[in-house]
Amino acid sequence: MKFKLITQISQAMLKARLKQSMVAAFGVTFSITMFISLLSFMAGLNDLLDNLILNRTAHVRLYNEILPSPIQPIAKSTTYIGAYNFVKHVKPKNELLEIRNSEAIISVLKNDPNVRGIAPKTTVPIFYNVGAVNLTGVINGIDVDAENKLFMFQDYVVQGKTIDLKNTPNSIILGIGAAKKMLVQVGDNIQITTSNGRRFPLKVVGFFQSGIEELDKVQSYATLATTQKILGKPASYVTDIQIKLYDMNLAPALAKRYYTLFETEAIDIQTANAQFETGSSVRTLISYAVGITLLIVAGFGIYNILNMMIYEKMDSIAILKAIGFSGKDVNAIFINIALTIGLVGGALGLLFGLGLSALIGEIPFNTASLPTVKTYPINYNLKFYLIGAVFSIITTYLAGYFPSKKASKIDPVDIIRGK
Amino acid sequence: MEKKVIETIGISKSFHDPITVEVLNDISFSINKGEFVSVVGKSGCGKSTLLYILSTMDTNYEGELFLDGVKMNNKKDAELAKVRNEKIGFVFQFHYLLNEFSNLQNVILPGLKFGKLTNKEIEHNAYEKLKILGIEKEALKFPNQLSGGQKQRVAIARALINEPLIIMGDEPTGNLDKKNGDIVFNIFKELAEEFQQSLLIVTHDLDFASKTQRTITMEDGKIISNGS
Repeated sequence: MKFKLITQISQAMLKARLKQSMVAAFGVTFSITMFISLLSFMAGLNDLLDNLILNRTAHVRLYNEILPSPIQPIAKSTTYIGAYNFVKHVKPKNELLEIRNSEAIISVLKNDPNVRGIAPKTTVPIFYNVGAVNLTGVINGIDVDAENKLFMFQDYVVQGKTIDLKNTPNSIILGIGAAKKMLVQVGDNIQITTSNGRRFPLKVVGFFQSGIEELDKVQSYATLATTQKILGKPASYVTDIQIKLYDMNLAPALAKRYYTLFETEAIDIQTANAQFETGSSVRTLISYAVGITLLIVAGFGIYNILNMMIYEKMDSIAILKAIGFSGKDVNAIFINIALTIGLVGGALGLLFGLGLSALIGEIPFNTASLPTVKTYPINYNLKFYLIGAVFSIITTYLAGYFPSKKASKIDPVDIIRGK
Repeated sequence: MEKKVIETIGISKSFHDPITVEVLNDISFSINKGEFVSVVGKSGCGKSTLLYILSTMDTNYEGELFLDGVKMNNKKDAELAKVRNEKIGFVFQFHYLLNEFSNLQNVILPGLKFGKLTNKEIEHNAYEKLKILGIEKEALKFPNQLSGGQKQRVAIARALINEPLIIMGDEPTGNLDKKNGDIVFNIFKELAEEFQQSLLIVTHDLDFASKTQRTITMEDGKIISNGS
C-alpha cells in the first residue's frame, strides 16, 4: 500500500521529466550493452585461443624420454651400503621411445572411470624428399577415430577427408606448410626417408592446418599401422598415449599416479600449458575492468541527473513533507526513481547487449591460421548477463543514495519561507 | 471548559546566524476546538516562524508545544510527519500543489499516506471536499490549468482530506485578489461555523483578521493582544 503510493509518486516525477530520465536510463543501457558485448566477445576470443591449444592437447600424456637412469647399478649394490658414490659421464641407455607393454596400459586406462577416451600415437621423425632437398618433418601415427572424437582432428583437415587416411593404405595427411613447400596436391605421391635411412612412398590424401604455422611446416599425419610399417615395428609399438579426462582438473593428480603405475613419463595439461591459463585470466580481468568502469560512469550520470531533479523538485519535496511524508518516505521516492532508471536502462541494456553480441558474431572473420572459424567468436554466457543486471542495480542504487539522502534532509520551512 | 487543540507554554526561538536575534520570546497561548483564530502583526514580528513551530515542521525552539493534548517536543521526524499528516491541514500563501499530479490526486495524496480508508473511500471524500469548495469540475485537470483562486481552493480541499484537528494557513489570501480572497475567507468561515473546524490563519490583512472570531496580535516576537 505504502510502497504503491511511493512508486506512484516517483513514476509521476519521472514522467514529468521524461527526457532527462530517458537520458539517464540510456546511459545505463549503453554501459550494460557495451559491458555484455565486450565480455561476450572477449570470452569468445579467449575460448578460441585456448581451444587452439587445449582442444588438441591431451589432459595427460604418457611417453618415454631418453634420459640417463636415475638409479645407477652401484647404488643397488649391497657391498657399499651407507657410502657415497660418484659416477661421472652417465649416458642414457640405448632405449626405444616405445611405451613398454602399451596394450596392457591401454586396457587398464579404458577401464578407468576418470578417463573419457584415449588415443595412442606414434611419432616418427622423418625427412620429406623433394628432389635433391630433404625437409625435416614428423609423422604422427594416429588412431583416426579416436583422434576425431577426442581432438577434433577432422576440423583441422582443410582438404580431403580423414576417412581416406583410414581407408587408403600408405596414405598421409600433410601439414599445409609442408605441402606448399613441396608443391604437392591431394592425390600426389611423396617420398620420405626415416632417420635410419629407409625410403618410403606415401599417397597424399589431405592437408592439415593447425593454425600454428611452424607446426604445419613440419607435422603430418598417417595411421598407426602406416607408421609402424615405416619403422618396421610390430602393431604394439606406440610412443605416446594421449588421455582425455572427464574432469580436466584431475589431470595433475592422475599424471602422478600413472607415472608410478606405468613407469613412463606422464605430463598433465596444466604443467604443459601454464602460460595459456595466465593469458586468458589477464584478458578476462581487463575486460571486466573496462566493463565495470563503463557502469560506474553511467552511475555518475544518474547521480547528476538525480541531483538536478532534486533541485528542481525542492518545492515538491517541501510540500510532501508538509502534508505528512517523512524524510524516509522522500528518500524512498528518490531511491525508487533511481532504481526505476537502473532497471529500465539495465533491462534494455541486456537486450541490446545480446543483440550487439549476436551482430558481432555475424561479422566474417577469416584468418589463415584458424580454418574452422568463419565469424567472430562470441561466448553467450549467462554469467555476464547476471553480472550486468546486478551491477546496474547496485550502481544506480549507489548513485541514487546520496541525492536521496540530501532530499530527505531538506527542511520544508526553508523552502516555503524562501518564497 | 472547551478542549484545547493547541497549547504552547513559553515558546522562544532565536536565529544565531550571523548574530543572535530573538524572533520569538516566551509565547504562551492556546486555541480551543472550533475556534477561527487569526494571527496578525507586522512583517518580521515572528508570526510565520510561530506558525511553522506550531505545524511541527520547525523543531528548533525552546518551550513546550501540545497538539491535541500530546507533547510534541522530542518526537522523531517520522512521528512528526505522521502528526502533520493526520492532525494538521496546511494552506500556504502560494498554492504549493504538485504539478505532476491532477487536482484530484493532489487532494487524495495525504489521504493515501494516512492509509486509514480504502482508495475508493478517499476518492469519494476528495470529491465531497471539492464539491464543498465548488471546484469539483476541475478535479481531473492539472494545477497549471487553474486560476490562482482555484488552486488555493484545491489546496484547502487537500488540507481537509484527513479531517484534521486544525487547519493552519500562512497568508492564504496574500497572493489573491480581493474577490478570490473573499471567496477563500468565506470558505474558512463556513468551515468554522458549519463543520466546527478549528482554524489558525496567519495574515497581515487586518480586514481579514477583523472578520475572524479571535485575533492574536504579535509584535517583536511577543504576543501583545490575545484577543480573548
